[in-house]
Amino acid sequence: MSEPAVLVDGGVPGQRRRLLTGTGRPLWSAAVLLAALFVVTPVVAVVIDGLGSLNAETLPRDLGSMVFSTLGLMAGVGAGTLLLGGGLAWLVTAYTFPLRNVLVWALVLPLAMPAYILGFVFLSTFDVGGPVQALVRSVFGSDAWLPEVRSLPGAILVLSLTLYPYVFLLARAALVEQSATTYDAARSLGAGRARTLWRVVAPLARPSLAAALALVMMETLTDFATVQYFNVQTVSVGVYLVWKGSFDFHAATQLSVLVLLFAVAVLAAERLFRGRSRFHQKTGRGEGLRVRPLRGWAGWTAAAAGVAVVSAGFLLPVGQLVLWATEEFLRGAGPMIDPRFVDYLANSIAIAALAAAVCCALALTIGHSLRLGGGRLLASAAQATTFGYAVPGAVIGIGVLIAFARLDELLEWAGVPGGTGLLVTGSVAGILCAYVVRFLAPAYQSVDASFAKISPALTSSALSLGASPHRLLARVHLPLARRGAAVAVLLVAIDAVKELPIVLLLRPFGFTTISVWVYELARENFWEKAALPALGIVAVAVIPVYFLFRRAAAPQHTTVVP
Amino acid sequence: MHRPKLLAACAALAVPTLALSGCGVLGIGAAPADLQIYSARHYDLEGAFGEFTDETGISVEFITGDDAELLERLKAEGSDTPADVFMTVDAGNLWNAARQDVLAPVSSAELDEAVPEDLRDPEGQWFGLAMRARTVTYNPDNVDPAEFDAQDTYAGLADPKWKGRLCMRDATSSYTQSLVASLIDLQGRDRALEIVKGWVANDVQIMSNDVLLLEAIDAGSCDVGINNHYYLARTLEENPDLAVDLYWASQEGAGTHVNISGAGLVANSDNAEQAQQLIEWLATKGQNSFVDANHEFPVNPAAEPEPVIAGFGDFTRMPLNAEAYGDLNAEATDLLAEAGYK
Repeated sequence: MSEPAVLVDGGVPGQRRRLLTGTGRPLWSAAVLLAALFVVTPVVAVVIDGLGSLNAETLPRDLGSMVFSTLGLMAGVGAGTLLLGGGLAWLVTAYTFPLRNVLVWALVLPLAMPAYILGFVFLSTFDVGGPVQALVRSVFGSDAWLPEVRSLPGAILVLSLTLYPYVFLLARAALVEQSATTYDAARSLGAGRARTLWRVVAPLARPSLAAALALVMMETLTDFATVQYFNVQTVSVGVYLVWKGSFDFHAATQLSVLVLLFAVAVLAAERLFRGRSRFHQKTGRGEGLRVRPLRGWAGWTAAAAGVAVVSAGFLLPVGQLVLWATEEFLRGAGPMIDPRFVDYLANSIAIAALAAAVCCALALTIGHSLRLGGGRLLASAAQATTFGYAVPGAVIGIGVLIAFARLDELLEWAGVPGGTGLLVTGSVAGILCAYVVRFLAPAYQSVDASFAKISPALTSSALSLGASPHRLLARVHLPLARRGAAVAVLLVAIDAVKELPIVLLLRPFGFTTISVWVYELARENFWEKAALPALGIVAVAVIPVYFLFRRAAAPQHTTVVP
Repeated sequence: MHRPKLLAACAALAVPTLALSGCGVLGIGAAPADLQIYSARHYDLEGAFGEFTDETGISVEFITGDDAELLERLKAEGSDTPADVFMTVDAGNLWNAARQDVLAPVSSAELDEAVPEDLRDPEGQWFGLAMRARTVTYNPDNVDPAEFDAQDTYAGLADPKWKGRLCMRDATSSYTQSLVASLIDLQGRDRALEIVKGWVANDVQIMSNDVLLLEAIDAGSCDVGINNHYYLARTLEENPDLAVDLYWASQEGAGTHVNISGAGLVANSDNAEQAQQLIEWLATKGQNSFVDANHEFPVNPAAEPEPVIAGFGDFTRMPLNAEAYGDLNAEATDLLAEAGYK
């Protein structure tokens, strides 16, 4: 029986899916629909706003090449993150080697480095005015050939270095949750290690890899600041080019719709990539793969590979930032630590924690509701909750503004004096709403990838034994999906600390986060001054990494296989 | 991690959050100031506003953001907006804000006297306050300034003798767009296209950032660039040995291209009187505290530019045509794309 690829597998097997009803529980199903409505509203508000003034003349002249650049960038970053993230996840999960225990969490650190900061550090180091080329020129003469760093490959490299942790995290969660028995069975049936990896381990990790890649693609799609440094004109750059160039937001939203189409394609591709074949673990919890030691040079090579990636994506840029911050301090241009720094830090942490908690709870609710069954509408609604991630932050911010303005009018019309007033437009609540719209996707993708490995038989047997949905969530689903939930909290918290356009657009007076502070300085090109707050972003983003990895460190066998 | 631990983790996240949001850290609970400002100009506003408050007793708070985003916010907030003054960079943006009906006309003899006529809106919807020049910078080791076309320096860079020696900013930059818009305005679209195509034919290296551009000139990887003057002033202040000099463009022709940052009274302001007072102060007594730290030129002829930029020498500026910069901006981006400038 063939199903459309966009359906989320869920519910009890053998049930025919219908549009609305399934075996779902009405209240849980309603929660999913509400979440979807919440995410889609600002996006739709913008789309309606944009399509109201459809005009082909305002489309940029080189739209064709922008689409082409976008595809090239996505392909490159997809391949790069899959290679780095997937490869390193396999390495630290299946083998022991020197530094492995450090690398397990250190490899997540580049996630804490905002791509635009890494991009700038990269350019100031490797571009024509930077020290590396100066050195090369002084050694080989001024006509030495050097690769063009401000190019598509340069952008692919920087984005891959900051985004591979998505793949690493989700792939690792998948590998750790795998049971050793499947691997061992394949090996005992005579399959070589490579073949087992390809035929057994990879298919089981496929949903997680697909989910991670979808996130990476959407991040790549909406990135604007970084690609601009590298002079790569993607469709998102086009959105800003049209918006700022023609002073016409409506014209820009037409292009945003195009970005959305890309996102729809990404999500459809993700479902295809997951494949219709489903693999479920026989046991509820994997005991993890057997770990084999890499000895001698093989071990050191593995360690070197991990260290190289962490260095390029995290240690070296942090070093450069520390250097700038020190120079700034030695110049004595002001107090080392701005007194408001603590305030900004607190704001960033508070808003990130709120966003992470709300997004994670919603994602668990959606995953759980789908498990309880429900029709096609529910499955599509769950998909719709991930769209926000594919919309540039500024567009979501404006969508939220428009949606609240309409709500305001509606309330005033209904006789509420003053409506919502400005309670929401310039407020922390507004920022939080926009964050949920934008960051529900990473939370849902992480949780859903965990749910995908839970056998439906577990759900149906619990239900048939009379467990209430509530109890099922608490006693079965939550424990089994907890790794996905931890990753969800981590991804959303870090994303929220780094997020800029939404805060800029929706913040009330007196509310500044560290990312805003960095932006204000970086925008005016005060990179030395921006170094310290940039380090602040990194430090805050490292907190959840450390916290979750301490707690969610995988209990692994250290059975030594001869 | 078992469930109790997960819950404990959630609680560990939630408790400080709620505690923080309870004590005003999330920007809640502070009493609003007399004047509220949306500003797309970031540099050192605290200093100028602080001085204004000391002198007048009127308290000021502001949020910064991106010009286009702040304008959309103003429009969406409509009559509910808290903003009294909208400040932005680039004459095109000011013209556009006026066109979108978010600003109110101000009639003030003081402002009309302080701000030259081409740097303010004829209806008084906005006033320029700080001026930046976008001119030619070069590496004195590799370029003799006599090589520049003193008549039309920008067009002169299309001459094949500059092949492989040019660095400029990207097409997404409003600086580039305004410069090209002014070329279209002065010389017509066909000639402007010819000029930009000439730059492209000279293999211009496109940089995404003025400071990196200056470093590239200093390193000798390009000989000539087009920069805002204050980036050079700032970089020279940090590094006096920088091998970059400034050349005032088109002094024997139309003059050097300038742009402004400025301010306008928000139409839905509930404190128009004090808002006007602030704009007047910034254009008169407050000129130097507003422009000096960022090495910009005061618009008010009565105010002196600070020493570093005064050292660049006097220059004749191209008259600023805000309507043209605004109106032709879209055409400029299109022209840049057509010329293959990227």
